[in-house]
Amino acid sequence: MFDNFDLMVAALGRGAWTTVWVTLSSYTIALVIGTILVIMHVSPALPARWAANAYTQLFRNIPLLAVLFIMYFGLPKVGIVADNWVWALLGLGMYTGAFVGETLRSGINSIPLGQAEAARSVGLTFGQSLGTVILPQAVRAVIPPLGSLLIALVKNSALVLAIGVAELTAQSRRLIEDNESRFDLWGVVIGVTVSYLLIAFILSYLVRLIERRTAFVR
Amino acid sequence: MEATQPKTPMVSISGVNKHFGDLHALKDIDLTVEDGEVVVLIGPSGSGKSTLCRTINRLETVDSGDITVAGKPLPAEGRALANLRADVGMVFQHFNLFAHLTVLQNITLGPIKVRRTPKAKADARARQLLERVGLSEKADAFPSQLSGGQQQRVAIARGLAMDPKLMMFDEPTSALDPEMINEVLDVMQDLAREGMTMVVVTHEMGFARRAANRVVFMAEGQIVETATPDEFFDNPQTERAQDFLAKVMTH
Repeated sequence: MFDNFDLMVAALGRGAWTTVWVTLSSYTIALVIGTILVIMHVSPALPARWAANAYTQLFRNIPLLAVLFIMYFGLPKVGIVADNWVWALLGLGMYTGAFVGETLRSGINSIPLGQAEAARSVGLTFGQSLGTVILPQAVRAVIPPLGSLLIALVKNSALVLAIGVAELTAQSRRLIEDNESRFDLWGVVIGVTVSYLLIAFILSYLVRLIERRTAFVR
Repeated sequence: MEATQPKTPMVSISGVNKHFGDLHALKDIDLTVEDGEVVVLIGPSGSGKSTLCRTINRLETVDSGDITVAGKPLPAEGRALANLRADVGMVFQHFNLFAHLTVLQNITLGPIKVRRTPKAKADARARQLLERVGLSEKADAFPSQLSGGQQQRVAIARGLAMDPKLMMFDEPTSALDPEMINEVLDVMQDLAREGMTMVVVTHEMGFARRAANRVVFMAEGQIVETATPDEFFDNPQTERAQDFLAKVMTH
């Protein structure tokens, strides 16, 4: 069909695998950061709210590519050295974390005030009522937008090719720019498109599954 | 000679003021609730009775004045306040059951998380309480699957599961369909009969008359009149109370 089909599939497969694990790892980081941010956002301590707000403004308003460049090129200059994949995960995770935090915050805002009042009047502390009553409901309310962030992250992860991580887009570029022109351009384009669509469809399906499993009626 | 210990009131409110912006919601409120007493707060909408009720477990803060519960001043924030709230059961107008938890989990959450009761023991106690409010078969239902009256009875069971010193009811039947009001009032009346200390904000005059030891009538943020139910309903002293009763008792 296409020239060197097996070589192409192998290269794209490796790239797709990198895209998947970079996406899932950095999303995990983003969920942790987003959760910490939203706890700080609703905390009674003013400095915590300020800090969360500053973080959110910073990472939401700087282009992701700039975040990656600052980490990859800038931080080694001040003595912080790490492999490029570490910066890839941290950059994607910290950037997406700001959006996860805002999404969770809108989830909390959608929970009726009475839920928090009931939690407090039962004697739960601030942390307990957040952890057992508010956040579990808030997360379920925002699973669809959290899913959208995950899909956006799949696509954003292509940017880490700029710091030398061989994910799906980087692999397709290598195939297209192959010195010996062994690969058909349209073969690569179709291959990379199908790969991204597959990844996105599978992840969307999993999100839908989680949404259905955790649904409750208000 | 033995010193006579004055009995500590369950709730003591003195000189409490509260503003919502320009609105002076509570004006120099003094009120004590004795151990075992059932105090019913009545009055027109906006009279401050719900606000007053909510100050007792600090769901509303006050601008000035002192509140003590079981002899102890209300803590400002943190774990001390959480501990006090654990001892004060609260039933809300809109039930406020935890929507993502089953009926049983709603009742056991407090005992397990706050009192550190082992789960098996908390479950057994919750089932007892459900039986008491007539909802044994609903243990595994979610709040959205229950009628309003059933939800409110679960909310009462949730409060009782903490073995509270005091139960507060903030318009517990105001959001209910008429045919469900009595099932909730019956549970409350049983509680009153068993000696539970209760503060009840309600528009149910029949309940006030039957269950209250004392009726507190509020209007425009002030306590206008305090009396036994018979005195209050048969022979109100103030014009404001006479006017109010004339309006609510015509039917």
